[in-house]
Amino acid sequence: MANVLVVAEHLNGQLRKVTNATVAFAKQAAGLTGGQVHVLVLGSGIGGVVEEAAKSGADKVLFEDSAVFTNYLAENHGPAVAKVAQDIGATIVCAASSTFGKDLLPAVAAHLSAGMVSDATKVWDDGGLKFMRPLWAGNVLTTVEVTTPVKVITVRTTEFDALPESGPAPSEAVATGVGGTDAAEFVNFDQVKSERPELTDADVIVAGGRGLKSAENFGMIMELADLLSGAVGASRAAVDSGYAPNDWQIGQTGKVVAPNLYFAVAISGAIQHLAGMKGSKTIVAINTNAEAPIFQVADYGLVADAFAVVPELTEKLKALGV
Amino acid sequence: MKILTTVKRVTDPDMKVKIKPDGTGIVTDGVEYKMNSFDEYGVEEAIVLKQNHGGEVVVVSVGPSASTKEIRTALAMGADRGILVETDAELDSDAVARVLAEVVKKEQPDIIVMGKQAVDSDRNQAGQMLAAYLGYPQATFAYSLEVADGWATVGREVDGGTSTKRIKLPGIVTADLRLNEPRYASLPGIMKAKRKPLETMTPDDLGVDVTSKVRVIKYEAPEERQAGRIVETVDELIEVLRNEAKAI
Repeated sequence: MANVLVVAEHLNGQLRKVTNATVAFAKQAAGLTGGQVHVLVLGSGIGGVVEEAAKSGADKVLFEDSAVFTNYLAENHGPAVAKVAQDIGATIVCAASSTFGKDLLPAVAAHLSAGMVSDATKVWDDGGLKFMRPLWAGNVLTTVEVTTPVKVITVRTTEFDALPESGPAPSEAVATGVGGTDAAEFVNFDQVKSERPELTDADVIVAGGRGLKSAENFGMIMELADLLSGAVGASRAAVDSGYAPNDWQIGQTGKVVAPNLYFAVAISGAIQHLAGMKGSKTIVAINTNAEAPIFQVADYGLVADAFAVVPELTEKLKALGV
Repeated sequence: MKILTTVKRVTDPDMKVKIKPDGTGIVTDGVEYKMNSFDEYGVEEAIVLKQNHGGEVVVVSVGPSASTKEIRTALAMGADRGILVETDAELDSDAVARVLAEVVKKEQPDIIVMGKQAVDSDRNQAGQMLAAYLGYPQATFAYSLEVADGWATVGREVDGGTSTKRIKLPGIVTADLRLNEPRYASLPGIMKAKRKPLETMTPDDLGVDVTSKVRVIKYEAPEERQAGRIVETVDELIEVLRNEAKAI
């Protein structure tokens, strides 16, 4: 019964894609432990999410449709996930290394007295399960082992590709008996409404840095992103300066992304930014300073003033019918 | 109000980390250390809470004896007294949380404000584990914090936007970037800090076995990306993106 439990993440009645990548990790892990992959969906009105999760490549979907779980609270989800993990004999409990997974899984680990690995990028077995994880802003990789029978893992989802859609796995209702905390209240979620793809899902990302000098100047970044059906990102410096919302932040303390094409515009390339984007397939850097560290990781560099070349690039791509 | 805040001594994040040739750790010779940057936000917020509500700020560190420097920095910023739980052991977040839980039981603070993650180990676990061990509520990734009537209202940075959560105190808040602007220690602050109480104890004193549940077996450097090439014009950039990288 060395099963692997994946905690599903969902928003507005849809399974988030990071969960599919987490299932891919879980399948690899289950192949090593000889167990099954079970996905746990907690929420209310979650029928659609359960259906999506059943096609993720998992062996089974477990769910509890309850008003207790309408809004996510670690205080309710934590004990519930721990209970289900014990009930199914899970030796690995995992979730995406998103703000949801980062908030929830340490609580689960404490409830289970389990060791925890954040941001796992690999799993293998060489006489014991091993995990790889980055630290020091991605400048160091460590191989770690967890000495407790149950291992709790957040998964760096950019390292795992979602499995092809499978025939629906069986689903089963569970009852965790969690009654709901009176020490914490969800007040609201203010979603940034955007027609653009999510940063962690985007094929193309155009990111701007402090060199853009103002929030208004992010307009040209958005224009190029929209032309390429991409997402908009920002460096921590740009977020700190108030030019861009925190949700756009890419780097050690923001999001980790790995699109096909990444434009770093007026971003110098601090270590902590590189930590979030150096897994991108093709990197283009545009910066006036030829010495900027971003050029050390870029496939193509253009030493130029972003205010001149970004609009030019957008116009020329439009003219080419891109 | 009694406020507890935590600091970790970390390698200076602006310095390049070097790995020992045998992969057993990082090179520590000549390395400079400072307070974890997220803890600066936590300490600042603790001091702001004291300014607004009165009370006491206790700053705690778990780590080697040299961590007294980071505690003194927090005292110089305005914290009232320090506690060092001294250990040279390699700690996972679980061990840190179990130590902090015992300190909290002794100190009985009304609120605990911590950095959301340390910029060396990048784990982002200790605050949440501490909350679970104590049975306290948690509000992570805070960009705003207000305390009234025994509850904290916390604006949180989450994927896809922001969220607001209320927690009943005592509870744990972990700080994200926009929470405040950490102050610099003033010269009088630094002088005063030297006379502020700093208590040292060990995990043994607290009855905590700090054996980690996660063991690091090997350190290595990631494969470095090779620098590509400089293009001269937008036309050339479009040409290579279309025909060479086939990215557009």
